[in-house]
Amino acid sequence: MVTDGSQTMTKTGQPLVQMEGIYRSFVKDRQVIPVLQDINLEVGENEILCLVGESGCGKTTTGKIIAGLLEPSRGVMRVADRAIGDYRGREKALLRRQLQIVHQDPFASLNPAHTIGDILSFPLKRHRMTEGGAALKRRIWELLTMVDLTPPGDMVNKYPHQLSGGQRQRVSIARALTVQPRLIVADEAVSMVDVSIRITLLKMLLRLRQELGLTIVFITHDLALAKYFAWEGRIAVMYLGRIVEIGRTPDVIAHPAHPYTRALLAAVPEADPELTRHKQTIALRSDDIPRLTDIPPGCAFHPRCPFFAAGTCDAHTPHLKAAPGWDQQVACLLVQQGAL
Amino acid sequence: MSLDMNKVVLSVRDVSVSYLARRGRVRAVSQVSFDLHAGETLALIGESGCGKSTLNLALIRQLPKNASIDSGSIAYTYRDGRTVNLLDFDKTAMRRYLWSECSMVFQGALNSLNPVLRVSDLVYETAAAHGIGRLEAQTRALKLFEQVRLDAKRVFNSYPHEMSGGMRQRVLLALSLLLRPQIVIMDEPTTAVDILTQRSILDVLKQLRAELNFSVIFISHDLAVAAEIADTVATMYAGEIVEIGPVNDVFYRSRHAYTLSLLNAAPRLSAGAETLESIPGSPPDLIEPPPGCKFHERCAYAQPICRTTPPPMVAYNNGAGRAACHETARVLADARHKA
Ligand SMILES: Nc1ncnc2c1ncn2[C@@H]1O[C@H](COP(=O)(O)OP(=O)(O)OP(=O)(O)O)[C@@H](O)[C@H]1O
Ligand SMILES: Nc1ncnc2c1ncn2[C@@H]1O[C@H](COP(=O)(O)OP(=O)(O)OP(=O)(O)O)[C@@H](O)[C@H]1O
Ligand code: SF4
Ligand SMILES: [Mg+2]
Ligand SMILES: [Mg+2]
Repeated sequence: MVTDGSQTMTKTGQPLVQMEGIYRSFVKDRQVIPVLQDINLEVGENEILCLVGESGCGKTTTGKIIAGLLEPSRGVMRVADRAIGDYRGREKALLRRQLQIVHQDPFASLNPAHTIGDILSFPLKRHRMTEGGAALKRRIWELLTMVDLTPPGDMVNKYPHQLSGGQRQRVSIARALTVQPRLIVADEAVSMVDVSIRITLLKMLLRLRQELGLTIVFITHDLALAKYFAWEGRIAVMYLGRIVEIGRTPDVIAHPAHPYTRALLAAVPEADPELTRHKQTIALRSDDIPRLTDIPPGCAFHPRCPFFAAGTCDAHTPHLKAAPGWDQQVACLLVQQGAL
Repeated sequence: MSLDMNKVVLSVRDVSVSYLARRGRVRAVSQVSFDLHAGETLALIGESGCGKSTLNLALIRQLPKNASIDSGSIAYTYRDGRTVNLLDFDKTAMRRYLWSECSMVFQGALNSLNPVLRVSDLVYETAAAHGIGRLEAQTRALKLFEQVRLDAKRVFNSYPHEMSGGMRQRVLLALSLLLRPQIVIMDEPTTAVDILTQRSILDVLKQLRAELNFSVIFISHDLAVAAEIADTVATMYAGEIVEIGPVNDVFYRSRHAYTLSLLNAAPRLSAGAETLESIPGSPPDLIEPPPGCKFHERCAYAQPICRTTPPPMVAYNNGAGRAACHETARVLADARHKA
């Protein structure tokens, strides 16, 4: 059998999270909005998986389902090979803790009335992660050191508003780590901070992955950042609620298969004047992103796709699968037929 | 082609701006000088809080009440060759100046378009304030909407909520050109927009610039965007322009350690596996800035002199660019050297 890197796991091999045929919709103004459709995704133990795509494509919704904050409307979610519906009682509580999410805006998620010490001690106490005051204090210092908020002694008494954006983001990460998770969903966790601080945070996350064996699902709309962070992992590209391409990061970035991925990559400016000025962009047939309540038939990208083939792309819905000649999986009929 | 380095439109000299805050005086912009030429696009880059927006608000005299311009001059040259110092303008003169000589596109404006006004109302309102009739205004607007690749007639009659973010941003860009200003100031116009939307805004901006030949001051955190559209790049740090020069010089032959650090922290899509370096620490307090070079606490190149003596501005290539760094020679040796 040919090895297909796109859905296989990293070193340790075991899938931690499996999404099988996941659909999710919301009802708004009596209208059903299909936000996720037929998501099939495995995230391996200790893996880095990056979700990219334009605003509204369903990245956060996918991340919330992975973290157990949102139920799928249809389909099966498995964690460590067991459907989440099979987890009960203590096991269910444990599962909750093992999957954590860090949101984009730490301002909104850190209580301004609590010190950093409080913010970290609450979950530690609630989940009885430590025994006694001395151990609690030691753990808080350990966590602050882990996320480079040093000296910890100065940090514990500060309030969120006394910290910079990058420091607040570290507090959020430290808080997620209090319950010793196996997986962290980082949803646009660094997009609010400056380039320089961004890299510091990303390096820290990569180090934590190494040290703690964490699995990281990284959500961003910045492809260059995704490339840097997930170079040793995989990228999944989403469009209108579906994954249209998934594979090892170097494969997807250097040889994008799906026309949408190709267009995205071609559109990104580069921090190199000569290179970026000579870059060939791909013109789309339309700039308009269709509404989720009015998803085009066939391939949802067909009204914008520069390679659109009438009778094929608007007639059949492509599913994510391996395509001859490509190392990644792709949901494009033409690529699957070998025509692109 | 369109860039005319012999014609200076805006000449900014030694401009300093401070805010009065509870803790003291925030020196948000210090001794900033630069020339903006006809048809030139100047990109201002630098970390959050370095004074980019403050500088631009000073250029259009729209600073908040607690701010003051403490020194300097801003000389603007009209198309007929007359030159004025904008700091001498009163409110009425400034109102006439805005839109017809210099207009601005703010990122926040994207969501702050008045929801009960149609685009056409905005067009008429803006034009009327400058003595232009409805018919003329409509003709100009429709032409501009076509130039920014919008369905002109439909957009003209639309309400903001009927348009996507990308469409609204293009409407704002078109509106900013309604009175044919010589300068357009854009504050983070592509931050927080999607990749394909950003692409269409950049393409449209480049095309309009070629057709209408205005100058642009473009503020962005995003070095890649600056690399793509700027003729000239200015790096700001702690309220100062620490380096300014032709885009290729600034990117390939950086002369200030801060510029090079920023570049080394920016991931590039096509670069394969990359080792990026972050800049340690955070920008300094602008109430009590550090002595010497304000960057020295975070700088990998810093020498003892950097801690005590502010580095002088040194020009290169007959004044095509300049930088203020004691260690230019070492920085230049480490710069990216391409093109
Ligand atoms: N609770 C909800 N009720 C109704 N619609 C929702 C709800 N949550 C999400 N949506 C819709 O689902 C779609 C996908 O949202 P989601 O937040 O997953 O996108 P995203 O890819 O994370 O976008 P962004 O990049 O803007 O964060 C959007 O159209 C959004 O409006
Ligand atoms: N109204 C104000 N009162 C007091 N200080 C202010 C005010 N507005 C800005 N500042 C301070 O002035 C400095 C420069 O701010 P400015 O908004 O110009 O930075 P910027 O480079 O535009 O940052 P960003 O990239 O985050 O937009 C900052 O230290 C900021 O805190
Ligand atoms: S002057 Fe010194 S401290 Fe400042 S940037 Fe140059 S080397 Fe670094
Ligand atoms: Mg989201
Ligand atoms: Mg600003």
